[in-house]
Amino acid sequence: MTVQIERPPSGTADVRKGDGAGPGGPGPRTASRAGALAPYLLLLPACVATVLLLGWPLLKDFLLSFQNLNMTQLIQHVTEWNGIDNYKEALTSEDFWRVTLRSILFTAVNVALIMVLGTLVGLLLARLGRRMRVTLMIGLVLAWAMPVIAATTVYQWLFAQRFGVVNWVLDRLGWHAMADYSWTSSQMSTFFVIVVLIVWQSIPFVAINLYAATTTIPAELYEAAALDGAGAWRSFTTVTLPFLRPFLYATTFLEIIWVFKAFVQVFAINGGGPDRLTEILPVYAYVEGVGNQHYGMGAAIAVLTILILLGLTAHYLRIVLKQEEDEL
Amino acid sequence: MKRSLFGRLWPNVTAVVLFAGFVFPVYWMFATAFKPTGDIIAEDPVWFPVDITFEHFRTATGVDHFWTYVRNSLTVTVLAVAFSLVIALAGSFALARMRFRGRRGFVVGFMLAQMAPWEVMIIAIYMIVRDASMLNSLVPLTLFYTMMILPFTLLTLRGFVAAVPRELEEAAMVDGCSRVQAFRRVILPLLAPGLMATSLFGFITAWNEFALVLVLNKEAEAKTLPLWLSGFQTQFGDDWGATMAASSLFALPVLLLFVFLQRRAVSGLTAGAVKG
Repeated sequence: MTVQIERPPSGTADVRKGDGAGPGGPGPRTASRAGALAPYLLLLPACVATVLLLGWPLLKDFLLSFQNLNMTQLIQHVTEWNGIDNYKEALTSEDFWRVTLRSILFTAVNVALIMVLGTLVGLLLARLGRRMRVTLMIGLVLAWAMPVIAATTVYQWLFAQRFGVVNWVLDRLGWHAMADYSWTSSQMSTFFVIVVLIVWQSIPFVAINLYAATTTIPAELYEAAALDGAGAWRSFTTVTLPFLRPFLYATTFLEIIWVFKAFVQVFAINGGGPDRLTEILPVYAYVEGVGNQHYGMGAAIAVLTILILLGLTAHYLRIVLKQEEDEL
Repeated sequence: MKRSLFGRLWPNVTAVVLFAGFVFPVYWMFATAFKPTGDIIAEDPVWFPVDITFEHFRTATGVDHFWTYVRNSLTVTVLAVAFSLVIALAGSFALARMRFRGRRGFVVGFMLAQMAPWEVMIIAIYMIVRDASMLNSLVPLTLFYTMMILPFTLLTLRGFVAAVPRELEEAAMVDGCSRVQAFRRVILPLLAPGLMATSLFGFITAWNEFALVLVLNKEAEAKTLPLWLSGFQTQFGDDWGATMAASSLFALPVLLLFVFLQRRAVSGLTAGAVKG
């Protein structure tokens, strides 16, 4: 995943920019027909792969969403078109809207926590001495590198009903009701575990990159602010924050994309349970489609999910596209 | 500007607390894996593994088909990374160095492809793979993993190619190299950090992938390690020692790669700020 920022922390993008500006010294050879075709030939494998392995599934998903495709049709290999029935059913069902609302709230809570805490940790990194900074970085990198599925298993163990460390600590702190608490037995406590897991895994990305971005702020800006009599808080709001704004903006949208489709964490912690109460849209599409074998219905939910995701990130996508046009 | 003792102290104290918070789950995974069962199910947690045992690792690797899973995971991951590197290298060179109609369109297209919601597309992929009678095979997995990695690899390498001074390439061509030779002898060696960064993140993506293999490959012969790990708890119930040993084994290659390569890799990636 690439964050598009207006001021990238390292120089590669600047080079890229300069590269697009002029022909960079026209080649000594005249552009033969073969030379004109070369870029397309070089891009051909990538394009073929994208069309076949990404474009086709997307199209297929769209087509499936207009079909009545359950176990029977699946086994007999028949195609039954049913128009917009799947969409009608999904959009009029209370479940779909409840899950949608839940997904959006889930995303909002996670992204807000990730961005606020990640920013604070990033600013802390900038303030620490070298040795302390490297230590904290190592901790962050370990959490960042932890494979999602392994992290999920570890969190199940940390929050285990019996012998789980979290319950032990809460008990010791005087909250004795938590001694044998089953975290996966209620909706909110399951979500709590999932949110802690996702936030723990996502903070390092925001913090480390934010720290990298702060190192590119020219020191003169702070000196100038100090000369003008700005205190710590004022120089933060007038220098640091404006400088980091594009970065924060881009990261927020990337986190929205990642959290919104956080299938693995939710699914592996408790399968969307208890009682399907922690299903978010991708899990809902999976349970309806693959689990309950209403493949057409699942596909329709998938299409709607993609549309909602596009809606949530449309603003960011527009900026990326526009920026790319300016850059090339 | 002189800071008070408190002003100097609190960042360090906070850093220590944060460090503990971020490291603890990772530490606890390894610690539990090495502790004898009696210490794992103790009323009060045993914070440091005193009597180290390898029994849990034996349990975890003693599962039927374990080595098949390892082989499958490695095959799929290595092939996907290799394929996407080759395909992306060609494309990134065109995007970074050549001028042609539609270049902007290609870049934007790959950017959108990078955001593809794979988790939501599994039903369609399942139908496609089933219709091709390729369920329980490593071939579709390899292909789709290649595609998951490809856009990121391509766009990142494009940045690295663009950063190689054009003069170097031209000098080689003046010295009589063809464009292909100039690429192989001049650009390719300079791309090493970029290749490393992209293969690291490609490796992590493919190694960790769970949703697709969950749907496509139900037979033991075709499963990969993430399924082994998630199925472990169901199979072994509350044998946390074995479960944590399994998690440790699964996480170790990624943690090692990441910690060793991250300095070099991340310095290149901060330009494109990447998340694994």
